[in-house]
Amino acid sequence: MLRKSLEYSRFMRALRFDAPALPSEAADARRRVRAFLAAERSAGRYVPHRSSWSTFDAEFSSRAGAAGFIGVTWPNQYGGQAQSSLVRYVITQEMLAAGAPCAAHWIADRQSGPQILRHGSERAKLLLLPRICRGECFFGIGMSEPDSGSDLAAVRTRAVKRDGGWAVNGSKIWTSNAHRVHYLIALVRTGDPGADRHGGLTQFIIDLAQPGVSVRPIHNLAGGHEFNEVFFKDYIVADDMMVGAEGQGWSMVTGELAFERSGPDRFLSDYRLLVELIERVRGRASEREAAEVGRLVSHLAALQRMSASVAGLLDRGENPNTEAALVKDVGTAFERDLPEVVRRLVPLEASLDDRDDALSETLAHVVLHAPSYTLRGGTREILRGIIARGLGLR
Amino acid sequence: MSVASVRWHGDPQDVSAIVIEQADRLFHGEVNKQRLAEADAGAWPAAIWQAVEQAGLPLALVREARGGVGLEARDALQLVRRSGYHTLPVPLAETMLAAALWTEAGGTVEGGPASLAPVVPGDAIGIERRGDSFVLSGRAARVPWATRVDRVLLHARDAGGTGYLALLPRAKAAAETLRNLANEPRETLLLDGVTLPSPAVRPAQAACAEGFLPFGALARAMQMVGAMERCLDYALAYAMERHQFGRPIGKFQAVQHMLADAAGQYAAAAAAAELGVEAYGSSDFVFAAAIAKARVGEAAGRVAEVCHQVHGAIGFTQEHPLHFATRRLWSWRDEFGHETYWQERVGRAVCGAGGEALWPMLVGS
Repeated sequence: MLRKSLEYSRFMRALRFDAPALPSEAADARRRVRAFLAAERSAGRYVPHRSSWSTFDAEFSSRAGAAGFIGVTWPNQYGGQAQSSLVRYVITQEMLAAGAPCAAHWIADRQSGPQILRHGSERAKLLLLPRICRGECFFGIGMSEPDSGSDLAAVRTRAVKRDGGWAVNGSKIWTSNAHRVHYLIALVRTGDPGADRHGGLTQFIIDLAQPGVSVRPIHNLAGGHEFNEVFFKDYIVADDMMVGAEGQGWSMVTGELAFERSGPDRFLSDYRLLVELIERVRGRASEREAAEVGRLVSHLAALQRMSASVAGLLDRGENPNTEAALVKDVGTAFERDLPEVVRRLVPLEASLDDRDDALSETLAHVVLHAPSYTLRGGTREILRGIIARGLGLR
Repeated sequence: MSVASVRWHGDPQDVSAIVIEQADRLFHGEVNKQRLAEADAGAWPAAIWQAVEQAGLPLALVREARGGVGLEARDALQLVRRSGYHTLPVPLAETMLAAALWTEAGGTVEGGPASLAPVVPGDAIGIERRGDSFVLSGRAARVPWATRVDRVLLHARDAGGTGYLALLPRAKAAAETLRNLANEPRETLLLDGVTLPSPAVRPAQAACAEGFLPFGALARAMQMVGAMERCLDYALAYAMERHQFGRPIGKFQAVQHMLADAAGQYAAAAAAAELGVEAYGSSDFVFAAAIAKARVGEAAGRVAEVCHQVHGAIGFTQEHPLHFATRRLWSWRDEFGHETYWQERVGRAVCGAGGEALWPMLVGS
């Protein structure tokens, strides 16, 4: 019995969550980003409890780029600083904890830029990466389609080879900020899907300023405009705007998931609500209030450790997809739990109009956005399937 | 080969892996269903204790200069985690801590099993010097294995609040015997003017300013991480062995998602426990141990629940060994302070410092 069960437990046993030793440049970056954010706040350029990493502020991003906080891991010739991925990890952590409005540069820094750096043409790298680093060029994600959400392999948008490029027809949906970013990386069908349906998919860089592409707004339940549907009608993309080889789209999309899922953006989305809760009970917390806050902090500390550990694995070149799925599943559960705890502890009727009450205003924002936390970047159900596979059940 | 013979060469991770592998083999060889059932029925597992002591494990945390094995805390506490995995039915964690804390206070190494008291928040023992000796009074409930061990290390305070450690031979204490949910002895010590000679009493070191609770809490957290790992091993194996409706139950999405949820709880618990381990001996230790016990205890209930659900009726019997791990989880999460106690401790520290102070507490300033 034991011998057999040991085979199943290899994954569990391997979970050690060693914290990576941060390089000294990381401590230096932490100091610099804290000073930058403190200056932003004191100048009134952003208000922490009114923003988060999904708040779009192009001017903030261009200041962050000028201060050297975007694309820091990329080589110098493309505008980067050739820093360790742990330096970037520390920068994103600090931005999130401070509630900085990062949405404009977030996707380009987190996944589009790295994809272009690894798999893009030299022209694409020289054209785009330095501008991303300067905080002047923003990206969106072109994966989901109206009939292809969790089942990403079902994409139907098609690119057909033509002289000097490809003609793209179809549509993408849930494309955050398509109305104000400059480019998308779109996953489209270029060939036969094959038996596993993972073949025949290719990624292209789409310039949203070119003809053949149009954007329809989709307002979310909170009244905000982040989502869009993007339509392609004979949109022509040049050969050298292909990312990776033809037919390699699936492995590239899944290869970046560990980066997308294990980051601190998967448990710090509503961190400012916790800060405001603590401020509300500060110095006079009842036993119950202290215990509930302590519970949340114990969850957060564990997530922090898990995420840092995965960052260390990624930095060593490993591909910890199961661990990343665990971070996102546990992390987003924490994000969903936080507003419910606040409601239980503090008798208030949350309102976005409560401009004098930061807790009420933040709670209103979080309650209205919380459903998205366990959907974006892979639903809870998809993640649990990935974890089950890691456990040997699939 | 005992852990005492392992010396630091090369990569510490390798050494740690060797120590853990040796201990694992020893626990695996010594702990079986029959011995667990005997311990459950109240017998002292003398053979298991002897093997554990011969391997040097109780002295793992004692410095070499003081006659111990001198493992790093991170490695010694991995042994505690593995002892939880094997549901080792002897007070190894308690003896390791008692030996380490007593020798750190200047005491000498002694053989045999030992325990710690007080272990319940709010319990206190008073101490008073009388000539060449000390007199101790008070009540300490739920002391692990109090009458089965050779000595109990006490944390006591005098009228001025100064802390002392005192080594109490078991014969000198009157005890009331209870068992926890896993039938491990938990006994009340009644100290009614017990006199100890001065060599058995030493001023408490700074690390023991709050007594033994944080140390015991971290040890129980590590034991629980190990026991949760065992439960998940059983549940994952059973999910693939047990067929219903023509396929292994682990192929059903409802079962997969339940186990994925438990794996997430386990992972968060393991991460929180590692935070406590890393802080052992530092000024952040109490805060980190509090986080560890709070987070692990919460996960323990959920993991036990899921693993029982996966096992169905057989897991609710004495015939399947799952209960040796789950009954310990249900007890250990309440011992040395339950989740709410430690959550409140964490919350008090955080709410006192304010919202903006939390982030530097988590990642450093």
